[in-house]
Amino acid sequence: MNNIRITTKKTFNNIKQTFPTLIAVLLLISLINSLLTKEIISKIFTGTILDPLIGAIIGSISAGNPLTSYIISGELTKYGINMITITAFILTWVTVGLVQFPAESLMLGKKFAFWRNILSFLSAITIAILINFTMGII
Amino acid sequence: MKIKNLKIENNWLFLLIMTIIYIILSMTNPTIFNSSISFFTTTLYQVMPILIIIFSLIFAFNLMLDTKNIVKWLGHLNKKRGWTISIFAGILSHGPIYMWYPLLSDLKEKGMKNGLITAFLYNRAIKIPLLPIMIYYFGLKFTILLTFFMILFSIINGLLIEKIVGDKK
Repeated sequence: MNNIRITTKKTFNNIKQTFPTLIAVLLLISLINSLLTKEIISKIFTGTILDPLIGAIIGSISAGNPLTSYIISGELTKYGINMITITAFILTWVTVGLVQFPAESLMLGKKFAFWRNILSFLSAITIAILINFTMGII
Repeated sequence: MKIKNLKIENNWLFLLIMTIIYIILSMTNPTIFNSSISFFTTTLYQVMPILIIIFSLIFAFNLMLDTKNIVKWLGHLNKKRGWTISIFAGILSHGPIYMWYPLLSDLKEKGMKNGLITAFLYNRAIKIPLLPIMIYYFGLKFTILLTFFMILFSIINGLLIEKIVGDKK
């Protein structure tokens, strides 16, 4: 019984500590989502070798349901955006969290959050190139 | 204790900054403000059940698992079991990534390694219910390759994080 009381108190403290951060992150995500429309994203791409990098950066800034990234990517292919760029965009959308960075560094450590996001960003571009290469030979 | 107090202050400071931004936005750009608030309320409504599940899990873990068990299951990087659990838990978990930070923070304090947390977070990108939609948009070959590379890179990133960050916060 005493154990339940201690655990309840511990969990309640956890909620009290994390709730403001979660609400703040959600507010930031909502703002970014309103500012970055499909039209704005499609205008940013240059049709050059830099596009995968731009795609990865936009994906890193954006946040939300992965489904949204598929729909935006579907639209982007209509503008002639290549698959390496699309893949980098989809991957960073879900694996890199620039918007969630303050929450991640608060709860899991600044150094951990920094390096996890850097590695995820680099992996996204590497995977995008690998998939494009593999698709070509299979 | 000092660090804990600082954490709470930072939490509230972040929320305060966002509130100020929204107040300014409501006066300068009501269209963006309304669209952001609408997105915020819809998302909050959607994530609430997930948040309840996550805090229930934290409660259950605190009640049933002790530090020794967590370290035994997830603490050893050289054990296949730790990787497998992290990868599958990441794939099967639902909801936005930031909702899982409190639970992972709790598990980290109990001894879960940074590498396994990285693998868990990376595999959250693979969502089984969304795979049919991905196949519809990008094809089966692309979806299989993407899933394969993501699992592979979750392990690579996990190992690299262990090398770079170690287990310190």
